Amino acid sequence: MTAPAHSIETLAARRRRRTSRHRLTLGILAGLVFALFTLTMVLGQSYTPLTTVIRVLMGENVEGASFLIGTLRLPRALVSVLAGLCFGLGGVVFQIMLRNPLASPDFIGITWGASAAAVFSIVVLSLSGPPVSIVAVVAGLLAALLVYGLAARNGVAGARFILVGIGISAMLRSVTSYILASAPAWSLQDALRWLTGSVNGAQISDVLPLLLAFTLFGGLLFTQRRDLEALRMGDDTAAALGVKVARTRILLIIAAVGLIGSATAITGPIAFVSFLAGPIAARIVGGGGSVLIPAALVGAALVLASDYTGQFLLPTRYPVGVISGVLGAPYLLYLIVRINRKGRSL
Amino acid sequence: MFSKVPSGHRDAVRSFWLVGLFALLGLLVVLSIVVGTRDVGTDDIWAALNGQTETIGQSAIAVRIPRMVLAVLAGGALALAGAVMQGVTRNPLADPGILGVNSGASLAVVLGVAWFGISSPEAYFWSALLGAAVTTLFVYAVGSLGPGGATPLKLTLAGAATSVACVSLFIAVILPLNDIAGGIQTWLIGGVGGATFHRIVPVLPFFAAGLLISLLSAHKLNSLALGDDLAAGLGDNVALSRIIASVGAVLLCAAATALCGPIIFLGLMVPHLLRLMTGVDYRWLLPLSTLGGACFLLFADTLGRVVARPDEIEVSIITALFGAPIFIWIVRRQKVREL
Repeated sequence: MTAPAHSIETLAARRRRRTSRHRLTLGILAGLVFALFTLTMVLGQSYTPLTTVIRVLMGENVEGASFLIGTLRLPRALVSVLAGLCFGLGGVVFQIMLRNPLASPDFIGITWGASAAAVFSIVVLSLSGPPVSIVAVVAGLLAALLVYGLAARNGVAGARFILVGIGISAMLRSVTSYILASAPAWSLQDALRWLTGSVNGAQISDVLPLLLAFTLFGGLLFTQRRDLEALRMGDDTAAALGVKVARTRILLIIAAVGLIGSATAITGPIAFVSFLAGPIAARIVGGGGSVLIPAALVGAALVLASDYTGQFLLPTRYPVGVISGVLGAPYLLYLIVRINRKGRSL
Repeated sequence: MFSKVPSGHRDAVRSFWLVGLFALLGLLVVLSIVVGTRDVGTDDIWAALNGQTETIGQSAIAVRIPRMVLAVLAGGALALAGAVMQGVTRNPLADPGILGVNSGASLAVVLGVAWFGISSPEAYFWSALLGAAVTTLFVYAVGSLGPGGATPLKLTLAGAATSVACVSLFIAVILPLNDIAGGIQTWLIGGVGGATFHRIVPVLPFFAAGLLISLLSAHKLNSLALGDDLAAGLGDNVALSRIIASVGAVLLCAAATALCGPIIFLGLMVPHLLRLMTGVDYRWLLPLSTLGGACFLLFADTLGRVVARPDEIEVSIITALFGAPIFIWIVRRQKVREL
């Protein structure tokens, strides 16, 4: 009777192949992010040799390059990477938890709650720095709570959740526009940051809060990753597998909103990154392995690539959100068409 | 026909609303001229109404009159367009703003300004009309793919996606143009400020045409409400009814957007509230919505001038703040199956 042993070996081999394939995918994605990061550091309006960049990063003072690299390119690239990681990770958590790719924070009001709060605390309360991030995270949580509460009736139905979220988003976007329009000095650049997202004017002091938030909320998420995978199969199945559904869900929402809110407080709501990262990552990963880290990496790559395109590849300089918005909208329509074709109700 | 309420009573309720809304509109017209960021004495108001613009007060009134006219026109047009769209798509969430039609029209106007150098009110209107028509077709096509046809969720999502795309493209077009980028506010946040008769008059015929087509399609919308099969059984050409009614709605949206920029939720909430009060008969609902929309936008504009003195709040912000809760309330009331 060698058949069972044989099949166990086959299964084990398949599992090993899947794991190594997953590792390879992660490696390739991380390499892509690193390559884009390097590109941003080396080639802007002018070319700076890689050796010079490394010398500046090691703390050497290089004539002409220190300001360019240290003050302009490095903060921008770091903020892009971290914001992309946060948006990608936060978005995919909602998509998995609500089992719907359209349930990304862009649509269900969380990003706009954070953005409205950030604008309010900057323009009206004249805050700056970490307090803005805290206000944005709290407001994002409140928005999530509000949408959740309003959509709940005999359980949370996906369709109602998304539609209520669209309504709340429209309202919060109006609030943001109003605060911006009534600000004493209406500046187009500022307005665009809070309406479509931008990493213009990123500073090195923005990096630390973002890194802290990513570590804290990403870490919280990491402790819940197995339960999240179980939630993917439905609440009842997850409960049967021993997951405390309500507790897990609350922790996941806190972690994901924390990620989205802290990124939004710095860069504004970069259009569609949190929506696009998950589905793209799922397609790359295929059936094998977790989609969380790939989604975060895809998010970072999206922000870096969109920002680079907006800065240097087009005749005019555009903020990153305009580029990701123009890129993301056709994909959203494609997704709706595909879901409609399949006849799967949302 | 089978309603428990006797039809005589229902007609009385409707007539009451019709008269009431007319009276309200009259009251709001007076209020919107008298009330504003600046207090103006009665003498100056009379003088200004007779065409004098010597004092600052008289000039303020002279600015308020075209503004009032535009609020009435745009409010009536958008609410009527919303009611017609709800009938055509048999979708409770249809609204020119939510379905992305207004943002498509805005984008087309900006494209016209940026690439073809248009500047006359007529040219604004024709670009807005083109944009509104293309967006309507596009959103409806995307939203009605697959089994089940155009469900509210599919249409709403298609509309939301389209408007995000339009806004991104819009910013991409306008950003390189420093000379018009300053005016971006008008096209991102809809409002009736800065209205002049010089801009309103050329668009008037299109308002009139849209109004006429929409109001005349009330009968067809009543048949469509029974379902496509029954409507066809009653001898209607269902597709033709839809096309004609949509043409009316698109004309109205384009005319309003060409003058005011995007205004969201007005076309959703006014017909819904009136439907609650007066029933689902489109022959009554359409004229009542027109009046109600004019009242609401006028109210929103007057409110926006008063609450934040000396600043103003644009009407589109007020309609969003009032309209979003109503949108959510409708979503909550519907059974999930129907969404």
